[in-house]
Amino acid sequence: MATDSTKLSMAQALNQALRDAMTEDETVYVFGEDVGPLGGVFRITDGLTAEFGEDRCFDTPLAESGIVGMAVGMAMNGMRPVVEMQFDAFAYPAFEQIASHVAKTRNRTRGRVALPMVIRVPYAGGIGGVEHHCDSSEAYYAHTPGLTVVTPSTPADAYFLLREAIRSDDPVVFMEPKKLYWGKDEVDTSAPEPPIGRAVVRRPGTDATLIAYGPSVSTALEAAEIAQQEGRSLQVVDVRSLVPFDDATVCEAVRSTGRAVVVAEASGYASVASEIVARVTERCFHSLAAPVRRVTGFDIPFPPPKLERFQLPSVDRILDAVDDLQWEDQ
Amino acid sequence: MADDRDLLPSEQPVQLLDETGSPVAGAALPFPDSERLLAAYTSLVIGRRVNDQASALVRQGRLAVYPSSHGQEACQTGAAMALAEGDWLFPTYRDTAAVVARGVDPVEVLTLLKGDWHAGYDPYAHRVAPQATPLATQLLHAVGVAHAARLRGEDTVVMALCGDGATSEGDFHEALNFAAVFKAPVVFFVQNNEYAISVPLARQTAAPSLAHKGVGYGMKGERVDGNDTPAVLAVLDRAMAAARAGEGPQLVEAHTYRMQPHTNADDASRYRSQEEVDPWEARDPLLRMETYLKRKRVLTKARIAQITEKAEAVAAAMREGIAKDTDPEPAELFAHVYSTPTPQLDEQAAFLADELSREGTN
Repeated sequence: MATDSTKLSMAQALNQALRDAMTEDETVYVFGEDVGPLGGVFRITDGLTAEFGEDRCFDTPLAESGIVGMAVGMAMNGMRPVVEMQFDAFAYPAFEQIASHVAKTRNRTRGRVALPMVIRVPYAGGIGGVEHHCDSSEAYYAHTPGLTVVTPSTPADAYFLLREAIRSDDPVVFMEPKKLYWGKDEVDTSAPEPPIGRAVVRRPGTDATLIAYGPSVSTALEAAEIAQQEGRSLQVVDVRSLVPFDDATVCEAVRSTGRAVVVAEASGYASVASEIVARVTERCFHSLAAPVRRVTGFDIPFPPPKLERFQLPSVDRILDAVDDLQWEDQ
Repeated sequence: MADDRDLLPSEQPVQLLDETGSPVAGAALPFPDSERLLAAYTSLVIGRRVNDQASALVRQGRLAVYPSSHGQEACQTGAAMALAEGDWLFPTYRDTAAVVARGVDPVEVLTLLKGDWHAGYDPYAHRVAPQATPLATQLLHAVGVAHAARLRGEDTVVMALCGDGATSEGDFHEALNFAAVFKAPVVFFVQNNEYAISVPLARQTAAPSLAHKGVGYGMKGERVDGNDTPAVLAVLDRAMAAARAGEGPQLVEAHTYRMQPHTNADDASRYRSQEEVDPWEARDPLLRMETYLKRKRVLTKARIAQITEKAEAVAAAMREGIAKDTDPEPAELFAHVYSTPTPQLDEQAAFLADELSREGTN
C-alpha cells in the first residue's frame, strides 16, 4: 500500500499543514508579521504567499493586538484565520484580545458566535535566544477558559495537530517548541495521530512515568534511554493537549508504574506542571509509591543565552528526580 | 494618494441645524429630506425613552447598572440610520439606543445589565456585534469583519463606535492603522461626550480634535455637531458612501455631551459643575429637531401623539420584559465555553448538578 511518508522537520511539517489546509479550505487565511514573502522568521509560512496569493497569506502592520483582533473579526465573518505571533513574549500585547474576546466570545454569545481561529506561538528556550525570545507562556493560555492549547513534540504530531486546530470550531493557541523546529522525522500524512484532547505514551516503561510536553518530551526520552542503560525502565507520556487535558491516559500511565515526574521548561510556580501534579495526586493517590516530583524551570525570568542551560530541565535533573522517588520503600 | 489637507476635518464641526433649530446658511452638505428626518425624530424620541426607561429600571433594582446616552440620541440614531441591511454595527455599552434603533429588541439588549447572561441578542440576526465593555477592542473586530467582507467582494460597510476615552487605547490606534493599510470599509464613529467617567477630554489628548487623528493614518477625518441630527446623518451618509466606494476607512468625531453621570453608580458632582452642564440642555438634539420639524409643519400634534405612543409602547415592553423572572439555568454555565464541553467541564457540570439536587432535597 502506498503511503505519504516523508522525512520532514517540524518547521516543514507545519508548513505542509498550512499548505494542505489552505488548499482544502478557501476560508483559511494566514497572516502576521513577516509571514508573507519572507515566509516567517522561522520559515513556517514559506512559499504560501507565492502559492496562494497576497490575499490568503499576508504581512500585517507590526502590532500583535491588531493581528489577533482582526482575526477575531474575520472569524466572526466566515473565515478561519491562522495568525502567527513572532515569538512567545511578543504575543503579550495581544493578551487582552485573547483573554477577553478570543476565549470568551462563544460563551458571551451563548454559542451563537464561534471563533474558529488559530494563534501560533513559537515558544520556549533551548536555542540560545536573547531576552523576550524564550518564554514558556503556555500557562497564561491554559489558565484561560475557552482556549484550546496544544503543543506538538514531533513533526508528525505538528502536522496533524495543526490541521485539526485549523478545522476546530474553537480558538486554538498552538504552541510551537522552537528548539524542535529543525529536527527531522518521518511524517506520514495518511496516518493520523490521535486527536486534540489525547495524550500519548511515547515510550513504554514499567518503573516510573515521565510526563512531559512540547520541548521537554525529547529531553524526557533521552533521560529514559539513559535510565534503560542503568537498568531502570521509564515510561514517557507526551501530554500534547494542555487543554483539554487527557486525565485518563496520564492517570492510567501513572497507575501502571506508581511513580511519576513531571518535566516542563516553564517556571514551576503556578504552572501547567503544578496542575498536572495536582491532578495526578488527586486521582492516583493510592497507586503512588512516592510523591509526584517536578523538574521545571526556576522561578526566574528566562536567563541570558550563556546561562540558559541552568534553567532548562536536563537529563541529569530528570534522572536525579527519578532517583528521589523513594525506591528504598519498595 | 489624497492631498493630506483633504484628510483633515473642517475647521468647525459640520452643522446643518443651529442650536435654535434654524438651518445653517451655506452648509457644505445636503440637508436630509423631511421623510428621513421624521423617521430620525421618531428614533430620537424612542432612543430617549429607552435611555430614561432603562435608568428608571436601575433605580427600581431591575438592572444592575445603565450607562445612558441621554443627550447623545442624535449620534445613536445617526449610527443606525446610516447602515444598509448588510452592514454591521459594533456598539459599546453606551450605545443601547443605537442597537435598539438597528432593530434589536431592547429586552434582549438589556440581558447583560439584567444579569441573565453577557450578550442577550444574536449578533447575526441584525448584524450587531455584542456591546463591547472593554474599550476600543471591538474596533479591531470591526476591521476584521470588514476585511473578510471585502475579500469576498461584498459591499458591506462596518460602523464601529467608541467614545473619546477609547481613543487613548492602543487598540484604537491599531484598528485605525490596520483599517487604513488594508483599506477596510469601516466608519469609525467617535462620540466625544467630553468625559471618560470623570476624566475630561483634555486629559485624553492634546490633538486639535479627535478627527485630526485620521491624518496620521492617511484616513479622512471629519467632525460634526453631534447634537445636530441632520448633520450627523449627512456626515455619516457621506462617510459610509466613501467607505462603500472603496475609498478606505473614515473617521468621524461627533461633538456631544454626556448629560448624565457615567452610570447610576457615578457621582458627576465630584468632577464637573452644573454651570458646565446647563448650556448643553439648550443644545438638546430632540428639542432642536422638534423645533425645526414643527416650523416645517412636518411634525403635527397628531404625529407627535403617534410617536409618543410608539415610544411608550417600547418602554412598556421593556418594563414587562425586564420584570419577567427568567432565572438563567446554572447548567448553561458549562454549555458554551467550547463547541463540545471538555471532560473536565462535564465533571464540573455534574458536580454543580449534584450540589443543586442536594440543595433541593434539604
